[in-house]
Amino acid sequence: MANYETHEFDVIVIGAGGAGLRAAIEASAQGATVGLVCKSLLGKAHTVMAEGGIAAALANVDPQDGWETHFRDTMKGGKMLNNWRMAQLHAQEAPDRVKELERWGAVFDRTKEGKILQRAFGGHTWKRLCHVGDRTGLEMIRTLQDKGVHQGISIYMECTISRLLKEGNKVCGAFGYYREDGRYVLFKAKAVVLATGGVGRAFPVTSNSWEYTADGHGLAYEAGADLIDMEFVQFHPTGMVWPPGVKGLLVTEAVRGEGGILRNNKGERFMFKYLPEATKHEFADTEEEAKRWTDAAVAGTKTDARRPPELSTRDNVARAIYTEVKEGRGSPHGGAFLDISYQDSERVKKKLPSMYHQFKELADVDITQVPMEVGPTMHYIMGGVRVDADTGASRVPGLYAAGEVAGGMHGANRLGGNSLSDLVVFGRIAGLGAANYAKAQSSFSSIPEKEIQSAIDELEAPLARKGGPNPYDLQKQLNDIMGTYVGIFREEKDLETGIAGLEKLKEEIKKVSSPGSRVYNPGWHLALNLKTMMVASEAIARAALLRKESRGAHSRLDFTKTEDEYGTFNIASSDDNGKMKLDKTPLPEMPADLEKLFAKKEPAHA
Amino acid sequence: MREATLKVSCGDKDNAEFKTYKVPIEEGMVVLDAIHYIQAHMEPELAVRWNCKAAKCGSCSAEVNGHPSLMCKSRLDHFAEGEEITVEPIKAFPRIKDLVTDVSWNYETNKKIPPFKPKKDADWTFYQEDIERVQEFRKCIECFLCQDVCHVLRDHDRKDAFVGPRFLVRTAGLEMHPLDTDNRAEFLKDHAGIGFCNITKCCTEVCPESIHITDNAIIPLKERVVDQFYDPVLWFFRKLFGKA
Repeated sequence: MANYETHEFDVIVIGAGGAGLRAAIEASAQGATVGLVCKSLLGKAHTVMAEGGIAAALANVDPQDGWETHFRDTMKGGKMLNNWRMAQLHAQEAPDRVKELERWGAVFDRTKEGKILQRAFGGHTWKRLCHVGDRTGLEMIRTLQDKGVHQGISIYMECTISRLLKEGNKVCGAFGYYREDGRYVLFKAKAVVLATGGVGRAFPVTSNSWEYTADGHGLAYEAGADLIDMEFVQFHPTGMVWPPGVKGLLVTEAVRGEGGILRNNKGERFMFKYLPEATKHEFADTEEEAKRWTDAAVAGTKTDARRPPELSTRDNVARAIYTEVKEGRGSPHGGAFLDISYQDSERVKKKLPSMYHQFKELADVDITQVPMEVGPTMHYIMGGVRVDADTGASRVPGLYAAGEVAGGMHGANRLGGNSLSDLVVFGRIAGLGAANYAKAQSSFSSIPEKEIQSAIDELEAPLARKGGPNPYDLQKQLNDIMGTYVGIFREEKDLETGIAGLEKLKEEIKKVSSPGSRVYNPGWHLALNLKTMMVASEAIARAALLRKESRGAHSRLDFTKTEDEYGTFNIASSDDNGKMKLDKTPLPEMPADLEKLFAKKEPAHA
Repeated sequence: MREATLKVSCGDKDNAEFKTYKVPIEEGMVVLDAIHYIQAHMEPELAVRWNCKAAKCGSCSAEVNGHPSLMCKSRLDHFAEGEEITVEPIKAFPRIKDLVTDVSWNYETNKKIPPFKPKKDADWTFYQEDIERVQEFRKCIECFLCQDVCHVLRDHDRKDAFVGPRFLVRTAGLEMHPLDTDNRAEFLKDHAGIGFCNITKCCTEVCPESIHITDNAIIPLKERVVDQFYDPVLWFFRKLFGKA
């Protein structure tokens, strides 16, 4: 018999970022026994890198704000492709989740009146992002982590899940290994929550940490769930472009929220000319008006000036920078100039401390004196496991998902700040959903030994094989394909070349070999993650090919317009006997009372 | 092309040796990039812990030329041309493999700290000036470099009696929260072992977040403990009137 340890929990949560921690806390509060499994040490998950803030219509700074406006901004940002119910729950519940974080010990920056301070961000009508300088994610994860450890949740650190186990059609456990020594572990569970984050490591230039290898996307796909909206990959407009070692590292949108100005090498403030017609009226017309808005924001006073054009949505700003560089107006290292140095340097250090240090230490650039150079970096995937908005349930009984690994909430493009709120709103919902489902299950399923042996065989194959391709080379090849053919601008022949390349690479991945033992062996770990990255990459490329229009983060050079007929469905990818099947599935219909919030019919390319 | 010479300490807790690697230098490259280069081109199983490569997660702590550092912040161009760069795991914790150490003791220690206990009827109004200090402590990214250099943990291995600077900082963050109501003085004295710290400030020197660990966290906590347990006037009053 194979050698592995076994644990039993009502609910297993895979991933310990914001969504996983919040799900675990909720399931545990419902009386479920909970195991929380994370690939890294606790508190190191990607949430820790989130900078600018968490969006919630608390109306502390702009009293006009409310959930309806937040809902409308989110849907418009997502080009109306969002699951309306998720966007509604998110806008309604985010304020409670933020207040709850405060009650659990999070210490947000304050207004003069002693309330939680909120800042402006792209696509948000009002100042809505609660924040702690530019380290909001750290504050959130530490708060949730400390709440979680005092609640009796069992935590399994540096433990990777390689397979979900099923009895009939329902999920009944997960199998994996500890990175430390490679020993195997079986979690028997009545319900499983996926909270594994995103897919960034499939791309060459990304702001994402090593953990973002699409684990949850791959596990869910293999278990029979469907992935929606995979064609929508967010390129954050402002990543570092130099030096090479830090290319892609995030420069928070808070720089623009605090008044950062984008210019090209001719000194032109180019964002004015990239504002889409439909939303142009929401933004300042002139540098003078933009300056009045910024001055008022800095002083904390009211103004009738409209927002600066730099606060357009991320998809739009990313395309603008890309275009400026391509047309020869880029900065020396191939980006745009982002300038906050015209402001008081002490204020910049106070509001953007980690940006100040990041540039100072990694690029020898003092952002209080000179502009930064920035360019697009792969940042987020809107697509993921299709879930029920009210419970977080996937179509596979017993399998739940929350956070970046889930799809639907953000539609075709996510607004900045809506991710941290997504994590806590839907983390809670999925934890609750999973705990309720687990209560209705009378016992743990028995898992046949041969299922476990097959999982172990798969884990050991790369170590046993000799002379196959090196996992690092294969990841590089995957990165090259995704960067070259499935990037920020797409067209049919590129996507077809990319898909052909992925098909070939898929065969190579089956031959991967990694030398050494099971003891803390990064080569082996990477070899095992190639399969899930491949699932996500293939879904992205195939869905991008099928969507013959441009919408939100999906920009086609051969179909530049947004087409009404494409606004009626999501593209879903699922496994069909070893082949990826794509379906156009109708969007959930928005009820009339919410429809009313969009009184004037907004063109979708807003 | 310029090359860097890295001597990396490889092995497990019983056997370790330095292995030397030559790595081509790109502009702006950091030690962690060099380690990744070695993994990708020479030693796929070289063990290292890292997450963000942006000095935000505190995973890639190591001793670079003997200095406790984050590898993602240690730039190769800060070393002299031709200088050998040694990379070793942090030494206050047992090695698992190569540059990875077993830091689980820290997570167990964290659990012992009495949690945040806000006022029951608080209206949650408090001001920026009330939280400046707490926010400083909450910048901590748990890289454990302060634990690594603390001689109580590193040289005397008193993990049984002393929680180390990291968890004094965390306790300070709770104690100084404007709405917290708990009193952690007894915890600090009897369980955290705050008396072991003799304020050599080594922890403050290595903190990548520039937290004034000794001055702003540990010394004020020591004062609280002294006030509560060793103040002769208070002691006398307590004798007279019981615990007040």
